[in-house]
Amino acid sequence: MFVEFVRGLATTFKQIFEEPVTAPYPEVKRPVAARFKGRHELKRYDNGLEKCIGCALCAAACPADAIFVEAAENTDAVRFSPGERYASTYEINMLRCIFCGYCADACPTEAIVLESNYELSFTNRDSSIYTKDMLIVPVLPGGEPTPQKAPPGKFGRAIPDMKDPE
Amino acid sequence: MADNVTLTIDGARVTVPKGTLIVDAAKRLGNDIPVFCYHPKLQPVGMCRMCLVEVGRVQRDRASGQVIVDENGQPRVVMAPKLETACTTPVEEGMVVIGASGRVKEARDDILEFLLTSHPLDCPVCDKGGECPLQNLTIAHGPGQSRFIFEEKFRLAKQLPLGELIYLDRERCIQCARCIRFQNDIVDDRVLSFYERGRHLEIITCSEPGFDSKFSGNTTDICPVGALTTTDFRFEARPWEMNMAASICPHCPVGCNLTLNTRREARSGGQMVIKRVMPRQNEQVNEIWVCDKGRFGHHYASSSDRLTRPLVRRDGKLLEAAWEEALELAAGQLKAAGAGLAGLAGGRLSNEDLYNFRQVVTGLGGSAALNTRMGGAEQTQQVGVGLGTNFAEMGPGTAILVVASDLEEEAPIWWLRVKQAAERGATLIVANGRPTKTDRAARYVIRYAYGQEVATVLGMLVTGSSEAAEALARAENSVILFGREGLDFAGSTALAQACANLLIATNHYGRPNNGLVGVWPDANTQGAWDMGLPARGQAVLPVGATASWIVAADPVGDGEISAEALRAAGFVVVQELFLTPTAQAADVVLPAASWVEREGTFTNGERRVQRFYPAITMKGRPDFQIAAEIGARAGLSVSSHAAQIMLAIAENVPAYAGLTYQKLTEVVKQWPEVGGRDLYYGGASYTNRQGLGVQVPSAAERGADITAGKLAAPPPPARNGLTLVPVTVLYDRSTTFVRSQVMHPYVPRPYVELNTADAARLDIQDGDTVTVEAAGVRVTLTARVDGRAPEGVALMPADLGPAVPAVAGPATIQKG
Repeated sequence: MFVEFVRGLATTFKQIFEEPVTAPYPEVKRPVAARFKGRHELKRYDNGLEKCIGCALCAAACPADAIFVEAAENTDAVRFSPGERYASTYEINMLRCIFCGYCADACPTEAIVLESNYELSFTNRDSSIYTKDMLIVPVLPGGEPTPQKAPPGKFGRAIPDMKDPE
Repeated sequence: MADNVTLTIDGARVTVPKGTLIVDAAKRLGNDIPVFCYHPKLQPVGMCRMCLVEVGRVQRDRASGQVIVDENGQPRVVMAPKLETACTTPVEEGMVVIGASGRVKEARDDILEFLLTSHPLDCPVCDKGGECPLQNLTIAHGPGQSRFIFEEKFRLAKQLPLGELIYLDRERCIQCARCIRFQNDIVDDRVLSFYERGRHLEIITCSEPGFDSKFSGNTTDICPVGALTTTDFRFEARPWEMNMAASICPHCPVGCNLTLNTRREARSGGQMVIKRVMPRQNEQVNEIWVCDKGRFGHHYASSSDRLTRPLVRRDGKLLEAAWEEALELAAGQLKAAGAGLAGLAGGRLSNEDLYNFRQVVTGLGGSAALNTRMGGAEQTQQVGVGLGTNFAEMGPGTAILVVASDLEEEAPIWWLRVKQAAERGATLIVANGRPTKTDRAARYVIRYAYGQEVATVLGMLVTGSSEAAEALARAENSVILFGREGLDFAGSTALAQACANLLIATNHYGRPNNGLVGVWPDANTQGAWDMGLPARGQAVLPVGATASWIVAADPVGDGEISAEALRAAGFVVVQELFLTPTAQAADVVLPAASWVEREGTFTNGERRVQRFYPAITMKGRPDFQIAAEIGARAGLSVSSHAAQIMLAIAENVPAYAGLTYQKLTEVVKQWPEVGGRDLYYGGASYTNRQGLGVQVPSAAERGADITAGKLAAPPPPARNGLTLVPVTVLYDRSTTFVRSQVMHPYVPRPYVELNTADAARLDIQDGDTVTVEAAGVRVTLTARVDGRAPEGVALMPADLGPAVPAVAGPATIQKG
């Protein structure tokens, strides 16, 4: 019986010197999987223009009715996104969202992407509504913030040119 | 029956009237043949080739014309070697149509592939996306993959304004010409056209200003792609995101059926707002059309200057007060006035409002009246158009007389339907003092001098006096539409009586498609009369009034009474949407709910009672409820529920006997089918599921003894110099329309229209500033000299700002 006892303890002591599998969150954040679906981000093009064109197809695809979009018209003097239309209001209710990713699938411009941020906590229902300012990514270096003043006719197309399938 | 034809479509037998097109026959079977250019309200052209089908015809012997039978004794059917367009081919006896074969599928797939070669496929940013026939048919029939090279797609500048209301996107256009054909054939405004040829074909507007038509919005409904969209709805919402509420247009006596699309809006603080107004099918009223005033004139309901809280005058100033306080004060003062209480209501109120208002005012001992400058409703109640009257059924054998009305400006959809009746063969007679657009479709045009309206109609009573009179008298059915151009209350009442006498003398009343129609100034003028509100004629308040209660009327703003005179007549209670000049003179102002925020019914000019429903968040309170609350505080018991008030109306107004809200919601299947799944067939207007309304019988139909009224033709007015005639324009500055910013480019600056000869005599050029003096009115405005005014007549549109005289009369016009 003593032998078994020692063998068991040996296993225990061996584990003490093993690298732990847990991480001391929040000091250490472990990387998420490549296809992880976390909080949404609204993406920008390299020049700073918003990819979102306010088409509301994400809201149409959303099974939880978590997304609310309102669109407005771009002009060359006040341009948010390529083409005629941009999202003047973009809200996601994170309490409603089930992180299915249908919105990203529906997006014709790959503007909305479920990224790796999973740190979502709210103390009231109002703060669960993420507005466009909270969702949109910062402008990359070299880009300009929106609204931009664009040369006439340069960004006339809302949908990026498609290529024939290879 | 010899007039019917039986054929087989995809194995199903159907019997349809001779002359029916294959596409319509298939539709009756529920077999949707895809179409782009075909529209059931337009003549077929066969331009898009989407509706190709295989057609087999019964073979006949060339010599004898006898049907050749096969060995089984059945007629031998020979299939045509090529596919045929179902939209241009009329049915034939024994015809066999195949739409579900491989050949047909291949042809349709190819057509779609061709259509998409130049289409930008920018559905995500397109306002039509979601209710787009091209989208639907691409999913149902398309090949899925295109063999064309993407880089060779058409690239043109995106939205191109055709006018202030409609944008064209030429890339999206599939060149079906529905818009051009609608403008040419249906509304006779030839303002759109094709330009260039082949792949470069594009739609252009050939009018100045662009797309100058009062019906332009309808082209966006029937456009099978997103090529035509409205500026008002641009990027406002996606079609699937909006709610629907049935409504009735509040702008004119036609009573077009509407569907209001609503949605919550962030910039309005999360309120429900009207995003767009769409026509709702009612083949007996507006078919599937609506004019631009109805479509774009809804903005007053969501205007930021709406009254939302009651106002009470304290120390000479109107200050916000609680409802309870304002109602108590109003009720106390109105009750104290007793017989001195003068009630005045406007014709834009619903039947329920007007009924409750009259109940409370008369219950308190006062007198209630309608604020109108037009009379004649007693005559329309007597010999108004019969039950089942439908302009769409009028054709050969029907005579229509339009007198003293510029129908297109006063009731556009009636103009449309009268014009179409004339094209089908009805005899249209137009009597007016000046040329109007209605003349174009008329067989007889009677031109009278202003002041001779009644004499002209009475002259038609004399047998054989004119060809027009003869045509009207001999016609199987006759309808008279009378207006008020150049007439005051007494004049229009006399004109209505003259018209009624003419109908009685020729026995054209009390039957369908016969009778009298008033082209009223407001949506519910007829209903107001029916609810028992008489008009006071020219006087706003009766002699001896000690308190007034004014609802949905602005006599001060209209220049009918001065604010001082109104205040001198005691305590003033005003129920309004806005702080109008009348409301500014009030002691208590009660904020009313607009028509889109509450329930109610309007009675249109054809005396059809139609129901409208709440669509958006209520501001203020419904007028019928305010009346009931004032009544309750004054010790009267009247209902404050719309449906109950309708029951009371049905009990107390003989013509409305038996009416209930349930009856008003009854619908029957209408042809052509619109809305629903088959958007490509009838366009985007809505199917009517909320009620076609109920026409109420005239006194003649309820068995009353109808006799002609005594009437003497007034003496011809002395003609010295210019006669100034107040006329109506559709796009005016009235309280309920001026708040539609989108329409402002079409609202003219105040002007007076002069004949070229008169202008030359007065040394006035087109565009000059002139001063007009007539009947105590002195205004400075712009002169227009464009040949539309007859000699000796100056036309001055009402409701453009400056006050106009109530009746045609002498005027002096000077330059400067």
